[in-house]
Amino acid sequence: MSDTIFEDMTCPLPITTHPKVLMAHGGGGRLMNQLIDAMFRTLFTEVQPHDGAVLEFPQNKLVMTTDSFVIRPLFFPGGDIGMMAVNGTVNDLAMCGAKPLYLSVAFILEEGLEMATLWRVIQSMRQAADAVGVQIVTGDTKVVERGHGDGIYINTTGIGVLQCKQAINPSQVQLSDVVLISGDIGRHGMAVLMQRENLAFSSQIESDCAALTEPVMALLEAGIEVHCLRDATRGGLAAVLNEVAIASGFQIDCIESSIPIDSAVQSICELLGFDPLHIANEGRFVCFVAAKDALRALEILLRYDQCAAQIGTVTNGRPGLVSLQTAFGGGRILDMPSGELLPRIC
Amino acid sequence: MKFVDEFRDAQAVRKYTEAIHNLITQSWTIMEICGGQTHSIVRFGILDLLPSCINLVHGPGCPVCVTPLETIDKALAIAAKPNVIFCSFGDMLRVPGSYSDLQSIRAAGGDVRIVYSPLDCLSIAEKNPEREVVFFAIGFETTAPGNAMLVKRAEQLGLRNLFVLVSHVLVPPAIGAILSSPQNKVQAFLAAGHVCTIMGMQEYDDLAKKYQVPIVVTGFEPLDILQGLYMCIKQLEQGSAHAENQYTRSVLEQGNHPAQQIIAEVFQVLPRKWRGIGEIPQSGWGVREKYQAFDAEYHFRLEAIQVNEPSQCISGQVLRGLKKPYECAAFGAQCTPDHPLGATMVSSEGACTAYYKYRRE
Repeated sequence: MSDTIFEDMTCPLPITTHPKVLMAHGGGGRLMNQLIDAMFRTLFTEVQPHDGAVLEFPQNKLVMTTDSFVIRPLFFPGGDIGMMAVNGTVNDLAMCGAKPLYLSVAFILEEGLEMATLWRVIQSMRQAADAVGVQIVTGDTKVVERGHGDGIYINTTGIGVLQCKQAINPSQVQLSDVVLISGDIGRHGMAVLMQRENLAFSSQIESDCAALTEPVMALLEAGIEVHCLRDATRGGLAAVLNEVAIASGFQIDCIESSIPIDSAVQSICELLGFDPLHIANEGRFVCFVAAKDALRALEILLRYDQCAAQIGTVTNGRPGLVSLQTAFGGGRILDMPSGELLPRIC
Repeated sequence: MKFVDEFRDAQAVRKYTEAIHNLITQSWTIMEICGGQTHSIVRFGILDLLPSCINLVHGPGCPVCVTPLETIDKALAIAAKPNVIFCSFGDMLRVPGSYSDLQSIRAAGGDVRIVYSPLDCLSIAEKNPEREVVFFAIGFETTAPGNAMLVKRAEQLGLRNLFVLVSHVLVPPAIGAILSSPQNKVQAFLAAGHVCTIMGMQEYDDLAKKYQVPIVVTGFEPLDILQGLYMCIKQLEQGSAHAENQYTRSVLEQGNHPAQQIIAEVFQVLPRKWRGIGEIPQSGWGVREKYQAFDAEYHFRLEAIQVNEPSQCISGQVLRGLKKPYECAAFGAQCTPDHPLGATMVSSEGACTAYYKYRRE
């Protein structure tokens, strides 16, 4: 968790003078510079003292991606918005087959935010960036009036270097490709929901928030014929499988019982009327590989997460359809979730 | 998962499927009343396991689906008021009224909140004494005790800013309406286990006798449903007609007395409109005069809101077991869960949604 390494690094100025974010901290004057110097530069030491960063690049192809992070609550079991903002963008790079090099970070802070909260978040970002070896090289801060934001919004843009020759995207998916999942699903969404709604259950669910660079690089280094990678974030596994089925023009057949789901996640989903396949993850990816490499790929994924599993295959049934074989031989469609998760009445 | 996996055991499911195949000698039309059962049947692919001579039709037992357009419009009108905190179960947010839905009212600035228990509204009302907190109390007999408890607790706490917009519906009058229709095709029923957990078996004994139809009170897991079907078919094949209890792990003959008492204390039986079906006499509950101070319809003076159903969709026929979702021309085309035209597509438990999500043939 975020406050292990840095727990003795108490928040420096401007806490001493202003314990909460003021409009002036985004106003371009002295207070903003204090905030940047005392807090951001203290932790984000690679940030260059100018409007932009000048970067070294290797010869290979570059990959660039951007993502914005809005989440309530800012801290939840297993992670926080800062950790998500680093890992989320790092993971988008990884899904393209790229190793992350540089990140930009833009904050939108709400007037009145506790400086200590901001400090915790950026500590967590520092830690996540170090863990995956990415440099935070440039950034921005804006402050919006109280009531106009949820404490902190973060945008990160990432640049990475491509680590593979083959293209990795949904259009590369081929007939009889094998579908793998890198770990059990549904943790992040349920952890956040339980924290936000203050749902008291005896079992604590922790978010799966994590960087996926290592397992992806391990697959590529082993020469696995990877055709498509997708992290199963919003909309969960169901959304990702549907998107790939539509984009590739194939049917995807999955076996329900092979999809790894933690029993606490499963139970709470049953109680609230959610389908775990629709719940967001922040550290799980779906991997489409050539059938010949499936077993090796699974062995590699199992080294990083013992819940990794083969969950399905690509077939030439109805293009764009995802079908799920139930435990006793019946079949059903796995539909795209409709949007906001709404708990059922009974 | 304990208490769930046992009822989804593949081997046991195969055994019951085989037993049904061995038992059945002719075609039968059986209705499962409850949307939760429809959802399970389609989600677990149970239709694929059954002999083709069983015609399963899906009943009106989804409270979200059958909540009338008029009530939704009343909810929208209340939720749009600036001083109101409007609390609801989650899946009511997407249900379209005649001009909008609660999600859109929220986006336009209405304070619409999802609660997981009606009693959550008590603390919201206590924390916001200057605002009016309204709970959208819908559902069958299953959710009624909790909703009645909310009113009772609000009275005990002396809360003057808490109201309930009630649209409770009752299963037995709906079964009666289906069976007394001249077009009826249904020969046996799976009744809703959770409803009977509250209300007990008596009303179903009476219905089975009156209409000479087998009724099996059934649970919601695949094995429950297969066992319920087996019990129905056995009665049909033997020519008997009585109420039986498959869901013995939850349903007692007499039901749950304290729950029935609090319902009777707070609510009274009245006629109720059902979306897609129309008005059924004595088929709902409303707030008793004694608790009128907590009745949102009374407090907000909503008599003026009167809406009639559009007629283009066949959800009424689906709800009465006369048509299957895919027999509708709009199904999956103009009518989808994101853009529902009628009752049975609006909720995750509606028959059309279940077919759209899991089958689509």
